[in-house]
Amino acid sequence: MDNSGILPRGALQSLLDALTDRGYRTIGPQVRDNAIQYLDLADVGQLPAGWTDDQAPGSYRLSRVESPRCFAWATGPQALKPYLFCSREVLWRAERDATGKLDFSTSQTNGAPVAIIGARACDLAALALQDRHFLGAIRDPYYDARRDTLFIVALHCAFPADTCFCASTGDGPRAKQGFDLALSELDEGFLVEVGTERGAAVAAQLPLQPSRPEQHRQAEQEIEEAAHQQFRQLPSRDLQSALFARLEHPRWDAVAARCLSCGNCTSVCPTCFCHAEQDVPALGGARTEHVREWDSCFSVGHSHLHGFVVRPETRHRYRQWLTHKLGSWHTQYGRSGCVGCGRCITWCPVGIDITEEATAITGDNWEPRGSA
Amino acid sequence: MNPYLPREAQIIKRSEESPNTVSLLLRLTDGQPYDFAPGQFNMLYLYGCGEVAISVVSDAEDSGLLMHTIRALGRVTRGLTALKPGGRIGLRGPFGRGWPMTEAEGQDVVIVTGGLGCAPSVSVIHHILSRRERYGRLSILQGVKHTDDLIWRAQYDTWSALPDVEVMLAADVAEPGWHGHVGLVTTLFDRLHLAADRTVAMLCGPEVMMRAGAEGLQVLGLNADSIHLSMERNMQCAVGHCGHCQIGAHFVCRNGPVFRWPEVRSLLGTRGF
Repeated sequence: MDNSGILPRGALQSLLDALTDRGYRTIGPQVRDNAIQYLDLADVGQLPAGWTDDQAPGSYRLSRVESPRCFAWATGPQALKPYLFCSREVLWRAERDATGKLDFSTSQTNGAPVAIIGARACDLAALALQDRHFLGAIRDPYYDARRDTLFIVALHCAFPADTCFCASTGDGPRAKQGFDLALSELDEGFLVEVGTERGAAVAAQLPLQPSRPEQHRQAEQEIEEAAHQQFRQLPSRDLQSALFARLEHPRWDAVAARCLSCGNCTSVCPTCFCHAEQDVPALGGARTEHVREWDSCFSVGHSHLHGFVVRPETRHRYRQWLTHKLGSWHTQYGRSGCVGCGRCITWCPVGIDITEEATAITGDNWEPRGSA
Repeated sequence: MNPYLPREAQIIKRSEESPNTVSLLLRLTDGQPYDFAPGQFNMLYLYGCGEVAISVVSDAEDSGLLMHTIRALGRVTRGLTALKPGGRIGLRGPFGRGWPMTEAEGQDVVIVTGGLGCAPSVSVIHHILSRRERYGRLSILQGVKHTDDLIWRAQYDTWSALPDVEVMLAADVAEPGWHGHVGLVTTLFDRLHLAADRTVAMLCGPEVMMRAGAEGLQVLGLNADSIHLSMERNMQCAVGHCGHCQIGAHFVCRNGPVFRWPEVRSLLGTRGF
């Protein structure tokens, strides 16, 4: 990647302005409702300067730190996913006239292209996976339109949470690809890396100053330390075959006894793609909207099939989620569906830890009863 | 091309197959061509209510009309089966991988179905009977729980009178005067005379029945790869996006609904997949 120089802290607004001038709707992290959320960002003063996050299984708290930095935290509950794969959207509309004739029309409206400031390496890895899902053999036109115009300013992560394990999945803390620009935050400003031509065009508009080698060394060192600080990890073995060989492991019952089947993990997971469709007819009956909403494999309705449910028990649902996320994804998309962001650990109301469960289930030499 | 957007179809004819099963003959109103392969399915949309995945039962070469046989089980299917000729619905499709009709050419074909599972196999029967010289002997084994559930009785009589076609019916519970077999459809296998090295099997119906059927056919000497099953799961998008229909790594809507037995064997008996 091309290192362009350093953007002084006081000049960060120029990045937002350059993107706004180009017609982008700028989105960035802000403190809202005691969490860091990615929202419309007009002014860099809205960034969470001086805030950090303390995350643990089932716990997320913000606290103040003595630092000028805007990105001295790891992850909020969501980042990129809702801006591409919307939590709820109308797919099409149908109208019925007096003769009963139906008219179907798409509702696709192309809003302003989005520029996201501060995407983390885990979120970029998740985005690449969502791309494979929604832009594979059959392309989702709604995702496609938004993805096509998305501008990404990545931020190399230097402040992992206790729940992070991106180093073990190989997805972070350094953002390796998939960005237009990438920033490393230092106390005095931001080292700017260019990833694409359109990123270069934006960088050319910024009041960059020449960077010094020791600034790059410090940024590198912070990223390296961010990897070393992570103590959670997924087992390094072939989890797909290990999990599918242990479908009757007693640990599934143990985790199901704790799991509330609430679906928080799938809601915050940046790679989960399940969604349900439903019709929302207008009261008059002449028109109806066909809507899709995020769904979860932890819901009863997810596996409903005329008259019975394929996964009636929580044990089945947790097993479905884990064997899919860490197993079947390899066949479907060529890699694990987990990018190590740790959100499912943090936002689980009872603190179930995916790394702990995967280790417990695949870590021993358990054999099914009756096998040799 | 928006894969989620339905086309409009009009009901040309409605016929009741049983008290809760209705066949709808449909015509697409946009006049655009529609091609499908036996074993594929459509998403049928009931206005203001929603979509449901239903297999096509007509022959792919029928003059621009297509037929669906629907059992009234849920909100959408109850509404669809209550519609009258002239009524309009939405239709997307066809979707999925159908039966291996090319691979089956020159081979004998055994069709084993249970319950309304026969619907996805009817298009195969039509396909074979209208291209009779391409296929060998055709054996149709249909099982139902109760003889009241047996639809298309006249068709079975017609088919069984054809040369090189054998029809065997079984019911777990028989009505008075039932001349067919009483018992599970798989117990008909004892009467089946297969040339195992040149037979392709196509199974459709409840999973326990398909599992017992596939295992039984292997005992009769059929190669596991020659046994094909049509699977069923919750389907909402039909293009492998919504995630509901997964069995292990398979998206049933896109990688299936027809699978080779070895592709689904390991998870078919595992509750929760």
